[in-house]
This record gives sequence, structure tokens and C-alpha cells, in this order.
Amino acid sequence: MARKEITKVQELIYTTRVETVMAPDVIVAHPAMSLADAKNLMRDRRISGMPVVVDGRVVGIVSMSDVIRALESGRMATRVDENMTADVTCVTVDAYVVEVVGKLGREGFGRIPVVDREGHLVGIVTTGTVMQSLLQAMDTSYKKKEEENLHRYRASHIFEDVVSDDTSLVLRFVVDDRDFTNAGTASSQIKRSLQRLGVPPALVRRVAVAVYEAEMNLVIHSDVGGEIVVDVRRERMLISAVDHGPGIENIGQVLQPGYSTAPQWIRDMGFGAGMGLANIKRCSDLMRLLSEPGVGTRLDILFLFRDNPIGVSSKSGETT
Amino acid sequence: MTTRELLEILDGTLLVNSHRDDDEFPMGGAADLMSDVLAFGMDGMVLMTGLTNPQVVRTAEMAGVGAIVFVRDKKPPPETLSLARDLGITVIRTGYTMYEACGRLYHAGLAGLGRVKIVNDSW
Repeated sequence: MARKEITKVQELIYTTRVETVMAPDVIVAHPAMSLADAKNLMRDRRISGMPVVVDGRVVGIVSMSDVIRALESGRMATRVDENMTADVTCVTVDAYVVEVVGKLGREGFGRIPVVDREGHLVGIVTTGTVMQSLLQAMDTSYKKKEEENLHRYRASHIFEDVVSDDTSLVLRFVVDDRDFTNAGTASSQIKRSLQRLGVPPALVRRVAVAVYEAEMNLVIHSDVGGEIVVDVRRERMLISAVDHGPGIENIGQVLQPGYSTAPQWIRDMGFGAGMGLANIKRCSDLMRLLSEPGVGTRLDILFLFRDNPIGVSSKSGETT
Repeated sequence: MTTRELLEILDGTLLVNSHRDDDEFPMGGAADLMSDVLAFGMDGMVLMTGLTNPQVVRTAEMAGVGAIVFVRDKKPPPETLSLARDLGITVIRTGYTMYEACGRLYHAGLAGLGRVKIVNDSW
């Protein structure tokens, strides 16, 4: 468990940018300030050091150790720029956290100013800000799991809480034509909703595969996009993928495994092998394809929950 | 087989770590055809592929794939990695070819699916 957290931290420091672990509101000193004023500022703001800035650019760093040295030699009335460290190491906002971890840890820097590409000060990182962000990131992944448990608890009782002779839950999704970046989001949401409703994992997988194939068909072939409607009842579920696109000339042909009209660029992405409808049929309990050239296409896919009706939690056995 | 074992056997780089150290991947498979992945995908399996677009991750999600291995040192775009992170899928990159990556894992004991009849010809 401890090792897992360490690898998680390692991944985070290699993939997170400085921007997300820095404190953006930096308290700064001016070169002409007296060291006594700098000391008061640090005391009031409870910090142990700050960048010295002229016109947004870092010209040095003044810290508590500079103050202590000045106290010992009675130089508290002298200017900040006479006492500061002038040779400052900065990092850019888009650097990876691993870079500052090395400097804070191995090289013993107390704080590192963060600058943009033009060299203007935009933030500061300290061991504290880095630790806080990493802890937050780890806490977020824990919270996500807790939230998911809550969603599942609430959704799985919906069919018990809502009373009727036959309750049906209808989910509608709009699928855009040629929108490859978002292709699959409807299927992803359907999958998650079914998991939350308490549908057994093996059945969720079958539904997910079928609906994803149907969604990709809308993206690739419909020309105008379409709609996916999921009608969930306790014992069965009907998914319809509907579009008002060009329609299909020869239904018998498209039902043959391996037949495809997908263009090359679709094939280059690993799709369009002509196995979509075959996959849908294999996964579902019943599939029906209706189409008329110039009018549109409708694909109905039926799943029966058989021994695992929704909301009956005692039966959690898987059907395949 | 665990993530650590996969990395050792494939001499791989871990791009997204979504599993615990003691999580086991029960079997493996390889495909560049996404409909093949959907047809033979098994829960928690390791998928070897040469395609790196985000739809590979979507397909993996639907098929229940636990880990994706990009072969021949292909560098996936950031969208692919962030989607995998969101969906809890582990991603590894290896310099081996698809053939050799599969061979090494199979030899090390990662099972395949045996003989699978993918095409349903009962139309």
C-alpha cells in the first residue's frame, strides 16, 4: 500500500506542471526597502523569505537568515538589495514538478520563484506548496471513489423508491457526426449509469460494447449525427440508435460480417472492419435494423436482465 | 501478472499508473482492429496495440481492458493519456514490436483466450 502511494507520487511529480503546485499570490520585497521593513512584512505574513522584485522581474531573494545576519551586525536600517541573495534560480510555469523537487530537496533551496516565458514573476513554490498539492491530488482520487459509492447507492434504489406498475428510466444522448474527439462519451455515460443502477458487470460489458459500436456507426455513417435513447426497466432494457441520415440501400449486405463502407481514414483509426453489427448482435438478446434510403436508420437493441432484475441486490451472480 | 512484472518483462515505461501494486491482470491480447478488441476483450486484460488515438482508450473502456501497452515505442498524444487516467486504465510503452511484446508476456505466463470464434455467422 505504501509502495503504491509512492509510485502515485512519482507519477504525479513527473506529469504535473509547476503551475499547479505553486502559490500564485506572491508577497514581494522592493530593493529599496529597509531590512527592518522586510522583517516586519515577513513576520506579519508568516513567511520566511520572499523574492525581491523590480518591474515584475526577480532581482534577488531576501530571507530570515539575511535578517538574522543583519541583526547580529546591526545593519537593520540598510537596504534589502545590500543584504539579499542576488543570484536567484527560477523555474518556468510549464516545467514539471520533478525539476523543483530536485532543487528543494537535493540542493536545499527554501523557495523557488516561478516565472513565465517573458521572465515575469507569476508564483512561488516551497516544500509546503508542493506537499499540499500532492496531498490534495491523492485526496481527490480517494474522494472520487467515495463519490462513486454514493452515486451507486442512490441510483441502485431508484426502482424501489419510484412507485408505478412498470417504471421505466429513459436516457437520451445526442451524437454528433464525425466528432471523433467525443465519440464514445454517450456509451461511457451509459456504462457508468448501468453500473450505478447495479446491473451485473458482465452484462454491463455486453451493453457497453453493443452501444459503443452503435454510437461509432452514428459518428461514421450518419452524415448528420443522431440520437441514442436508452429505456431501462427492471427486467429489460431497449437501446435505440436513430438518425435521419442517408439510410441503407441493402440491409442484407450491411448485416454480413466484414462488409464495410467506411472510408480509409476511419480504418486507419482501427475502425470500420465491418464487424460492428455482428458484435452488437452477438452481445444483445435481440437486434433489429430498420432503414430507408433518404429517410434514416433505426437500430433497436434489446437486453434482458433475466435472473438479475435491477434493484434486487441479493442476486448479484453474473450472466454471460 | 502485476504492473511491475509487465514493466520488467517488456522493458517498458509506465505512462499512466491506475492500478495498485498487487492488482493482477489475468490475461492478454493484441489488436489494431478496435472491433476485435470489442469482440474478444475480457475484464481486466492487457491490450497490446500499435494505435495511440484516444478512441483506443474508449474502446478499451467498453471492453473492460485493464492495461494498454503501446508497442514499438509509439508516443501517445496527451488526450489519450488523460482519458486513460480518468477511466482508471494503466498505460505502458515498450520498444518491442507487437509480436515480441506478446511473445514475451505469453512466455512469462500471461494467458491468452485460447481459440475464440469471433464471427457470429448465425444470421
